[in-house]
Amino acid sequence: MTRKIKSLQRKYKNAKVRIIVYAIAVLVLVLIAIFAERLCPFDPYEQDLSMAYKAPDALHIMGTDAYGRDLFSRVLVGAKLSILTTLLLVITISVFGTFVGVICGYMGGLIDGIVMRISDFFLAFPGLVFALAIAALLGGGVANAVIALAVISWPKYSRVARSQTLSVKNSTFIQAAILAGDKPGQIMIRHILPNIFGPVLVTAMLDIGTMMMELAGLSFLGLGAQPPLAEWGSMISNGRSMLQTYPWVVLSPGFAIFVSVVIFNLFGDSVRDYFASKHHLS
Amino acid sequence: MKYIIKRILQLIPLLFAITFLSFAMMRLAGSDVVEQKMLNTGQVVTETQLQAAKIELGLDKPFLTQYGVWLSNMLHGDMGVSYVSGKEVFSTFTSKLPATLFLTFTSIVLTVIISIPLGIIAAVQKNKILDYIIRFLSFIGNSLPNFFVALVLMYVLGIKLGAFPIISREMSWESVAMPTLTLAIAMSAKYLRQVRATVLEELNKGYVMGAKARGIKFSVVLWKSVLRESLVTIITLLALSIGSLLGGTAIVESIFMWDGVGKLAVDAINMRDYPIIQAYVMWMAIIYVLVNLITDLLYRVLDPRIRLEGCSND
Repeated sequence: MTRKIKSLQRKYKNAKVRIIVYAIAVLVLVLIAIFAERLCPFDPYEQDLSMAYKAPDALHIMGTDAYGRDLFSRVLVGAKLSILTTLLLVITISVFGTFVGVICGYMGGLIDGIVMRISDFFLAFPGLVFALAIAALLGGGVANAVIALAVISWPKYSRVARSQTLSVKNSTFIQAAILAGDKPGQIMIRHILPNIFGPVLVTAMLDIGTMMMELAGLSFLGLGAQPPLAEWGSMISNGRSMLQTYPWVVLSPGFAIFVSVVIFNLFGDSVRDYFASKHHLS
Repeated sequence: MKYIIKRILQLIPLLFAITFLSFAMMRLAGSDVVEQKMLNTGQVVTETQLQAAKIELGLDKPFLTQYGVWLSNMLHGDMGVSYVSGKEVFSTFTSKLPATLFLTFTSIVLTVIISIPLGIIAAVQKNKILDYIIRFLSFIGNSLPNFFVALVLMYVLGIKLGAFPIISREMSWESVAMPTLTLAIAMSAKYLRQVRATVLEELNKGYVMGAKARGIKFSVVLWKSVLRESLVTIITLLALSIGSLLGGTAIVESIFMWDGVGKLAVDAINMRDYPIIQAYVMWMAIIYVLVNLITDLLYRVLDPRIRLEGCSND
């Protein structure tokens, strides 16, 4: 048995180290996104047709696109849109979904019944099909793509938050709080939320990569960011007819998406492992 | 039998919700659709003409009445006319559906071929080299957006190696290869993990250790007990991932010019051809719901324990 505990402790420490390493990577990525404009070697929107479709070299490390715009600068500026928008999306749906889930789980009854049927309904749809429909209805634009994805994605969080709330709802510390005269609102915020934080956080962290790809997917179809705005999905879409002759136009933004998703997924996995081993240890 | 009937009855409100939502979506696009449709003809539109058009299309009636009329028309196979081509929506849709179903089918088959063996190997070889390699590949597959995978495949297999046609002109094995591969890569990456987790869970059960202690060969335990037990979960998980596949076909079909409903929908979205979009959303949702129903029923056939539980509950 002690051997098992030791291996768990090792896993726990290991996960802690990984979280720190990947958190730094995520931080670097977010900082790049925030300060994208200052890091650009060239103006990402300035057109110079004499420089069109230059292959990657020392000056333009990712080459240039159809209008002679520096791709490296455009990829950097694209980070702002792709990464920051995705983070905003995930924060919004996780906060909203958790809020709904905690209320449903704690209150139960009619509200719970109605809201959970609604979320069943959203989960009964194939996600991206529904997002396509909403985006089509609202028209193109980053904000509309975000709304479309938010509408289909929040039920996941309310499910997690609700089941976690149900499992802590009848604990003695909640009963003690009720006896001490805490109001339902106070109990939910002070006692339930801190206790369900872990699983919600894990769901959110693992969701970032997926959301980033789906957002880029909508932009790729022309339902998200509109040209000339630099966004990875729409950059790939614009460059795709030139794939045969100037592959870097597609590969550069594609590589950027891949690297960012990998970093966020690694971070998400380490957060999950951390909470899992912590849970096993206690 | 009782359960099957109960399950089908449960579907009815869901189907109503799906059709109602599809209808409401179309109506939200509403009056400006009429305007757009008339403006498309290039004439000057007066207010009275607009009203006349709305009355002609039944847009002046109460919302629920319109829904009723629309629903009964739809049940007769009349889903209206495309704004762009002027052809009937229902027949356009059904003519494109086989291509999408074919692509879905090949993708599922390829996913099964890739991920079930790899998932089992990863589980059996847990924390050994092979497991790490398989998990690494699955991680990479999970971090690649499908449209990028499609373009990379197109570049490498289509342009550089010339192994497959870049644009699918007809429904043939060569044309379906690259779209299938794109969809299967994304789906396998997710599904493989689930297979691995399912088999691992089964391997950790007491009877496996008991069988080992009694000296039964591991391969016998694996094939006769573990995989048989895991099969039900594996099939269910596969059916559940069909939802994401249906969404993914839209992007992949339009990249490879695969002439299915996904490409039809993307084209319709770009042209604001609402009747087609409506048909797409509604039928995809219905197909998805039906797939889930079949899975649920299949689950019962495969696992007698659940079947018995259902009987005693009723």
